[in-house]
Amino acid sequence: MYFRVIRVPALEQALRPNIWDIVALILVVGAMVLIVYGGEQTTLPLSSLDVAPVSLDPSNLPLYALRTTMRMLLAIICSIIFTFIYAALAAKSRRAEMVLIPLLDILQSVPILGFLTFTVVFFMNLFPGNVLGAELACVFAIFTSQAWNMTFSMYQSMRNVPKDLEEATQSFHLSGWQRFWRLDVPFAMPGLIWNTMMSMSGGWFFVVASEAITVGNTTVTLPGIGSYVALGIEKQDLTAIGYAILTMLLVIIAYDQLLFRPIVAWADKFRFEQTASGNPPTSWMLDLFRRTRALRALTLPFAAVNRAFSNLRINWPVSLPHAAKSSSPSRVVDVIWFVLIAVSTGYAAYRAYDYLSASLGPSDIFAAFGYGLLTLARVIVLIALATLIWVPVGVWIGLRPKLAERVQPLAQFLAAFPANLAFPVFVYLIVHYGLNANIWLSPLMILGTQWYILFNVIAGASAFPSDLREAASSLHLKGWRWWIKVVLPGIFPYYITGAITASGGSWNASIVAEVASWGTTHLTAAGLGAYIAKATEAGDFPRVVLGIAVMCILVTLFNRLLWRPLYAFGERRLRLG
Amino acid sequence: MLDQPNKATLIDIKSVCRSFPKGSGEALQVLEKVDLTIHAGEIVGLLGRSGSGKSTLLRIIAGLIAPSSGDAMCRGETILGPPNGVAMVFQSFALFPWLTVLQNVELGLEALGIDAAERRKRAIAAIDLIGLDGFESAYPKELSGGMRQRVGFARALVVHPDLLLMDEPFSALDVLTAETLRTDLVDLWIEGRLPIKSVLMVTHNIEEAVLMCDRVLVFSSNPGRVAAEFKIDLPHPRNRLDPTFRQLVDTLYARMTQRPGPKTQPAGGAGNIPGTGVGMVLDHVSSNVLSGLIETLAAEPYNGHADLPVLAGQLQLEADEIFHLGESLQLLRFAQLSEGDLVLSDAGMRFAHLETDARKKMFAQHLVEYVPVMGLIKRVLDERPSHTAPAARFRNELEDYMSEDYADETLKTIVSWGRYGELFAYDEQSETFSLENPN
Repeated sequence: MYFRVIRVPALEQALRPNIWDIVALILVVGAMVLIVYGGEQTTLPLSSLDVAPVSLDPSNLPLYALRTTMRMLLAIICSIIFTFIYAALAAKSRRAEMVLIPLLDILQSVPILGFLTFTVVFFMNLFPGNVLGAELACVFAIFTSQAWNMTFSMYQSMRNVPKDLEEATQSFHLSGWQRFWRLDVPFAMPGLIWNTMMSMSGGWFFVVASEAITVGNTTVTLPGIGSYVALGIEKQDLTAIGYAILTMLLVIIAYDQLLFRPIVAWADKFRFEQTASGNPPTSWMLDLFRRTRALRALTLPFAAVNRAFSNLRINWPVSLPHAAKSSSPSRVVDVIWFVLIAVSTGYAAYRAYDYLSASLGPSDIFAAFGYGLLTLARVIVLIALATLIWVPVGVWIGLRPKLAERVQPLAQFLAAFPANLAFPVFVYLIVHYGLNANIWLSPLMILGTQWYILFNVIAGASAFPSDLREAASSLHLKGWRWWIKVVLPGIFPYYITGAITASGGSWNASIVAEVASWGTTHLTAAGLGAYIAKATEAGDFPRVVLGIAVMCILVTLFNRLLWRPLYAFGERRLRLG
Repeated sequence: MLDQPNKATLIDIKSVCRSFPKGSGEALQVLEKVDLTIHAGEIVGLLGRSGSGKSTLLRIIAGLIAPSSGDAMCRGETILGPPNGVAMVFQSFALFPWLTVLQNVELGLEALGIDAAERRKRAIAAIDLIGLDGFESAYPKELSGGMRQRVGFARALVVHPDLLLMDEPFSALDVLTAETLRTDLVDLWIEGRLPIKSVLMVTHNIEEAVLMCDRVLVFSSNPGRVAAEFKIDLPHPRNRLDPTFRQLVDTLYARMTQRPGPKTQPAGGAGNIPGTGVGMVLDHVSSNVLSGLIETLAAEPYNGHADLPVLAGQLQLEADEIFHLGESLQLLRFAQLSEGDLVLSDAGMRFAHLETDARKKMFAQHLVEYVPVMGLIKRVLDERPSHTAPAARFRNELEDYMSEDYADETLKTIVSWGRYGELFAYDEQSETFSLENPN
């Protein structure tokens, strides 16, 4: 019997809507209306910001939240497009890779708020007198906080595509374009989504920080939760700040439930493993859409377009490594390429020196490095303190599966919450009790990032094999011996992952955390973050550049000399299983 | 167009060589002057040890790598990239985990730009043929290994290739599953229901080759060459217990353990182990396995003399693995490989009856005496006042003779054997050899 009925679930009874269709339709239409409404607001002339300034009326908060969320969404889309292009270029072209990857490495360690200084001026000039310029500057700031680690993850996935699948695509005559969408992107998907979620927390932090910004004599206050908080600080209104925190909590929960959980649950099929995992992630939102009938039918044309798009027969200009006979790459082109890189690097160095030396002397450089060391000391002390507190707590929680299941999402949620919204509360306390700013402003740097340590340690302790625990207790290992010989080595790789993220985040946060104000009271802690923040406010570009460069150098050195060796050690010696 | 190839000739390989760059810059010859012709209507097997270049040859025919010299033609045209009408089945299945069974099967048709209705029809037909009905919407991770490889077959068959290439397609499956799949495939082939003209399969399983192929080419290693060709005229379905079948298996075993000609015979009698002197490539075999094998050989029923197919059957080892073990024993002078037999030497017999410490001493003594690189390391450590030496010193020397991967493998073997024989200590952190023993 050759004939068969071919069943396509989505086409069956496609035209008879069910109850889930109605719910889903309302959600979709609502989202579209909100996007259009938010979009209209951005094309208003700049002067409208003065006519309808940010007000502390809580009834405005939903609109502000919408504006903030839209910026976030736009930045994520930009980041994804950038990631696809940049990572594909770096992974497919050896020559591009030589420049692009080190560049990415440096960009990762540049303090994002430093970027804002230049981009605000640039984008404002691009759309003179229009809110769009300021909006774009803000979106760009968020983009810079998200794109790099996403790109890295994509690039690494593309370099590690399994050889047999690569051969299968070649053997079945897939074009370069088809291969990209059928193999490279799906294979990179889980890592990319995880990194996008990580980027989100950074993104919230910077969207809030970059809505109300002063560069020299340009002050922009974009309607949003960040500027609401800025106004609350100016007016010394603690209740308003409470409202803002509450709104942000709701926004993050909505984002997580409506966007990320469905994506994670959907993307579970891209995980590259040959056996089914125990507990696949679930999402009520995704289930809802999967239960709809008419709406799924509506998505069919999109799926068809997507299929046609990814099936285009475009081949990359670079030939596949097939040509073994001419496998030695052209030396001449290499030499030209190297010369080109050297010349442009030299030119850039010359311009930078020329620009900076006009207003800066060696003493400025020493000063900046001095401040840098102060901030470095803060980061080290804070990471150490957070480790002392959260490692035992995390282990305690992680070894109790029931508890870990409940605490883990909370810790991840706290990591995603933009801690700078809570800064005013702490600043209020410092001002109120007259505490030393140099010491008490410091904890703000790690307020948002300490949770990375906690949830990674919980994950490590949860994954700790129970046979090793049983062996330890049957050998009567107790007390410090149990910690040193059993648990700490077991969770070490996880802890390092968390600590690296926490330390990177703390550096970034220093620009916001070392300078704080409450009404007319201004607090400053001596450090590189405050140095950059002050230079930004004064519009002193040479010092901003110097500060950023110094921070870049310190962060890169710190990563290379401390974190990477520790990470490599953990992966080599202490990875279980 | 004087020598227009015969229409029934699918693949024509003429004196193909292939080399890969080696650590020291020289090229490592993997294939040397290989000739092969594949006609329509036959199943051809490439049989050989790992590292004999048979997979490389398969990939040259698949258009995945290019030969360094020589001609590779498919239907009279030089192979530049994957030729049309050739499909491949992979050892690791190479299924896309994010595509369902149906989507995986359709992939090759999609790339050919075949329209959706036709695609679906052909995919369903291929799925039916290979016995996967009902699994269309399953994801590969939900399937067992055997079912996954069936998807691999369906995906290759659906494009109706003239030639089906199979790269050790059953070696990742358990014994029972592999056997079912083999017989299913042979049945379909005999009944003429497979939409293909010929099959070329790579294998290191001797019985599999005899069971399925019409023609078997035995490859010798280092560099890979066609050492012998056997025609197998047994009618299908073939019976493994048939005396003629057994005879063929024994012949192939003997052919594969035969030493290369006296010209390339290394001076120490190391048999098939590639390289000579310090440059000998040592595959990692645990000293526990070696001791275990010596004990098995010394005991009943072998009493020091075993037929390789029988031994492989009892120990559930692939031919390739048993060769490996046999060669390591031969290198250390504990046994001799000859004509498909493994014979324990006097030293091997003595070893089998010693206590642990005495065994270690004897093992160490044989290492220093018969494995040149071991002797070198021992000498260097003895001579240096600090009695330590970095592993890099020996790795560099190894890389003069072999690729980086082989050098790593050899070094791993050196460390593991040296530790067992208590010849030296090795610190993994600092990668140094030393004479001191931790107390």
